[in-house]
Amino acid sequence: MEYEAVIGLETHVQLRTRSKMWCGCANEFGADPNSNVCPVCLGLPGVLPVANDEALRLTVLTGLLLGCEIPRRAKFDRKNYFYPDVAKNYQITQYDQPSTRDGFLEFEFEDHLERVRITRAHLEEDVAKNFHFSRESGVDFNRAGVPLLEIVSEPEIRSAHMAHAYLNALVEVLVHGGISDCDMEKGMLRCDVNVSVRPRGTTTLGAKIEIKNMNTFSGVRRALDYEIPRQIAAVSRGEKLRQETRRWDDDAGITEPMRSKEHAHDYRYLPDPDLLPLEPSDAWLAEVRSRVIELPLARKQRFARDYGLPAGDAEVFKGNLTLGAFFEQAANGAKNPKAIGNWVINNLAAKLNESQSTLADLKFPPAALRELVELVESGKISTKIAQEVFGDMFTSGKSPTAIVEEKGLLQVSDTGALETFCDQAIAANPGPAQDFRTGKMAALNFLKGQVMKLSKGKANPSVVGDILERKLRA
Amino acid sequence: MSAEKFDIHYVANLARIALTPEEEQRLGSQLGNILGYVEQLRAVDVSGVEPTSHAFPLVNVVRADVRQPGLETEEALRNAPLKANGLFMVPKIVE
Amino acid sequence: MPHRLNISELTARLARRETSAREAMQSCLDHIGRVDSAVKAFLSYDTADALAQADRADREIAEGRTHAEKPLLGVPIALKDVLCQQGQPLNCGSKILGNYRSPYDATVVVKLKEAGAIVFGRLNMDEFAMGSSTENSAFFTTRNPWDTDRIPGGSSGGSAAAVASNECLASLGSDTGGSIRQPAALCGCIGVKPTYGRVSRYGLVAFASSLDQIGSFTKTAADAALMTQIISGHDPRDSTSLNEPVPDYRAALGNDLRGLRLGVAKEFMVGGLDPEVRDSVDAAIRQLQSLGATVEEVSLPHSEHAVATYYIIATAEASANLARFDGVRYGARVAGSDPTEMYERTRGAGFGAEVKRRIILGTYVLSSGYYDAYYLRAQKVRTLIRNDFLKAFEKVDAIVSPTTPTAAFRLGEKTQDPLQMYLSDIFTISCNLAGISGLSMPCGFTKSPKLPIGLQLLGKPLGEPTLFHIAHAYEQATGWHLERAPLA
Repeated sequence: MEYEAVIGLETHVQLRTRSKMWCGCANEFGADPNSNVCPVCLGLPGVLPVANDEALRLTVLTGLLLGCEIPRRAKFDRKNYFYPDVAKNYQITQYDQPSTRDGFLEFEFEDHLERVRITRAHLEEDVAKNFHFSRESGVDFNRAGVPLLEIVSEPEIRSAHMAHAYLNALVEVLVHGGISDCDMEKGMLRCDVNVSVRPRGTTTLGAKIEIKNMNTFSGVRRALDYEIPRQIAAVSRGEKLRQETRRWDDDAGITEPMRSKEHAHDYRYLPDPDLLPLEPSDAWLAEVRSRVIELPLARKQRFARDYGLPAGDAEVFKGNLTLGAFFEQAANGAKNPKAIGNWVINNLAAKLNESQSTLADLKFPPAALRELVELVESGKISTKIAQEVFGDMFTSGKSPTAIVEEKGLLQVSDTGALETFCDQAIAANPGPAQDFRTGKMAALNFLKGQVMKLSKGKANPSVVGDILERKLRA
Repeated sequence: MSAEKFDIHYVANLARIALTPEEEQRLGSQLGNILGYVEQLRAVDVSGVEPTSHAFPLVNVVRADVRQPGLETEEALRNAPLKANGLFMVPKIVE
Repeated sequence: MPHRLNISELTARLARRETSAREAMQSCLDHIGRVDSAVKAFLSYDTADALAQADRADREIAEGRTHAEKPLLGVPIALKDVLCQQGQPLNCGSKILGNYRSPYDATVVVKLKEAGAIVFGRLNMDEFAMGSSTENSAFFTTRNPWDTDRIPGGSSGGSAAAVASNECLASLGSDTGGSIRQPAALCGCIGVKPTYGRVSRYGLVAFASSLDQIGSFTKTAADAALMTQIISGHDPRDSTSLNEPVPDYRAALGNDLRGLRLGVAKEFMVGGLDPEVRDSVDAAIRQLQSLGATVEEVSLPHSEHAVATYYIIATAEASANLARFDGVRYGARVAGSDPTEMYERTRGAGFGAEVKRRIILGTYVLSSGYYDAYYLRAQKVRTLIRNDFLKAFEKVDAIVSPTTPTAAFRLGEKTQDPLQMYLSDIFTISCNLAGISGLSMPCGFTKSPKLPIGLQLLGKPLGEPTLFHIAHAYEQATGWHLERAPLA
């Protein structure tokens, strides 16, 4: 029998706010242990939480980016469980009335467009960080109370590869939307996977197995690449899988049952009496809506459509918002946007990289690049000269026209001057001239190069080729 | 909802409270009585009634995303039963 | 002997330089030294800090600071052990907090200090405010200053007994189901439970967050108005605090009740009511009528379910609120081989019987499969109880009732039967469920032994001015509040 995997992802991302969810402590990675803490996030006796407005906005903004419904009323609940990293021994979360629900994420996968439905994106608080020593564990509460968004997908993902594509697409949306920096090394994005297997063609779900502790996207893929065959093998042997939580061991490359999760959880949710319900007003929603950006995928599709960019080039701009914006300004009104795209991707990006600078440091405006491309297109300068001009633009910020004039780089198409250069080249290189006459076409390029040299690169190469051929065949 | 169904061992475990057998016995019967008393709520007609979570119907109470000074690390750890290297120490967590 | 004075009297004398803050503070400390071994209201107090605060107040007075600017300048005020004061112990009447000292001030403490008060002393209470007698304190039982064989009420028993015995000029307590009004009634002082949200809960160790409210114990209605004035107001640290202006409560004080409509709830004047309590309350109602108020019967049909509703909602919230006492970040840890064992041992050893009982009840009513039957249903009945009050307040300005069914009971009388103990809160609990304002004031005494009887006034949400108006007028007309306990 053939089996298929049914995968759902629960992705947790830290929101990009200045302060924590319920208190004014810094939301910041890498500080000394327990240095970004206060009575509220330490759960000291007597403290109360007050919700961070920006975290609520980023939550709803995420919902809008993911096409979610924004319910008129949401609330916070307490999820009760004891763990050393949970200061209050309950986590504040949104249980049955989340701030967003019923959306979707679209992404390209294996040459087609996939759509995975999003069950909900709800706001909660992050927990502290545990450090494990030989006999004890230590707890750092700097991370406790950082606003955390949990994005839950429907179980519509079918493979490890597709899970990976989903996560990449989600990260693109979140990073570009300004929701989260999603830096996995800093723990800003973590995900849990629910996976089960079933005979292909059936619709009932098998026992849901949750996998935790995957710290990278490739970890997610490898965990699924291990877990799916494991489940299929077990089911094929006639074993009945039961619901459980397993832990991914990245070093060993296996999943194993988690001891601490043996008991079924009884979280005893209750509405948090310290926090009031949320009823977003139209004005507030409009403010959040004004922060909605064009999604990376939509942008890629638009770039390909409106500027005629090849898929590869459009993909580069999908992933690089500022570079894409620069391109759009440069391409605005241009005759050949595709060539501009080429310049931006191949020359500008490389130059920025090589000089370790960013677009913000750039000395020339986008229109200057358009000007440069047009100089090439109109035959005024050669592509080679254009490289030189570009280098100058990059260091001096001068306009390409000014540089060309200043340095006298205008391409020479004046046949009178070129005839002289060609005669000189033929006279100085009788060997190659003879070679061409005996049929070695490559010799022409050599002579062409000599003419270019004599003209200090300004000769129009195609005109030179024509003259040389005419003279040699004469 | 009756006392027989009340599994004190399970509930005490959820609440992370160690009980002696005598405590389990005594609390079990006392809680049975109290649960018997609150049975009266079953008789109240609550159809169409909204639950009250808050005594006052406020909504949308938020704070601006502004940083405020917190506690110095030493102050934060002052009441800790066991601390080391700026961390609150606990028996080893098994995952 | 300044400790015998009320706040108005002391501040008047301080202003006239007839006494000093240091003298007042020392007088309280001396009196505590004399009587507290019998009353046992204080868990601890910091003499040096109290006197240092008094000296600062005296310097301010010398520099010309007035009580118009700082209404409590030089007034010794003590706190229930559930309110955080920076650098001072906080135990909540429990063993579980160990040697904990709060690194921050509760908002009410900030406000008292800003008003110039000398904030000193930790007052005994039922552990985590769970109880009606202080017999659930992990340390000792506070005694009723009128009869030390009897309980002072609870959970703010220390706060009531300290004021009733003149150990401090006023105190703060917390009221979740009657924990201010009931001990105020049993000890013979004025206890106020403000409208939910009127006073910030920041720095009050939560028992049941949707019911808890901080309030004062004082010797007079005018002092109650002043104390409530000082501690009220919006606090950005408490999402549930009301962003409404605080009226001038003292401006509401008057001697005339003409035009006021009082309600008597028929459900509150039946079964289990001690005859002497009933007689005193009846007499008080006649007195209020003679001052010009009209009286009519109102009905609060769902109040019979208040105790059951309360014990579900309060214990459920408490089960979550008290989860943080786990021995990780603070408190008296009992070691274990893993965190779970440490939690179970720490909490098993650190919590007393009543706290365990309530946490387990609250855990149970929230546990899988029971939420709808218990918690959700209780929240709906809560709506009905609140609606009863709002409907009654369309007809009347305040509701009058006994505060408690009986005067102070004997130590140990109800400890064996938790349910009976719970039922002693029958008149006070619905006020918290409805989130309305309430107070208790003396309205007479039982004959033998002589024990105070409390009259409860329940007001609309934010109806505090009406309550202070009635209380002051009644007090002026009767003088019950002037009676002092033998240990005062």
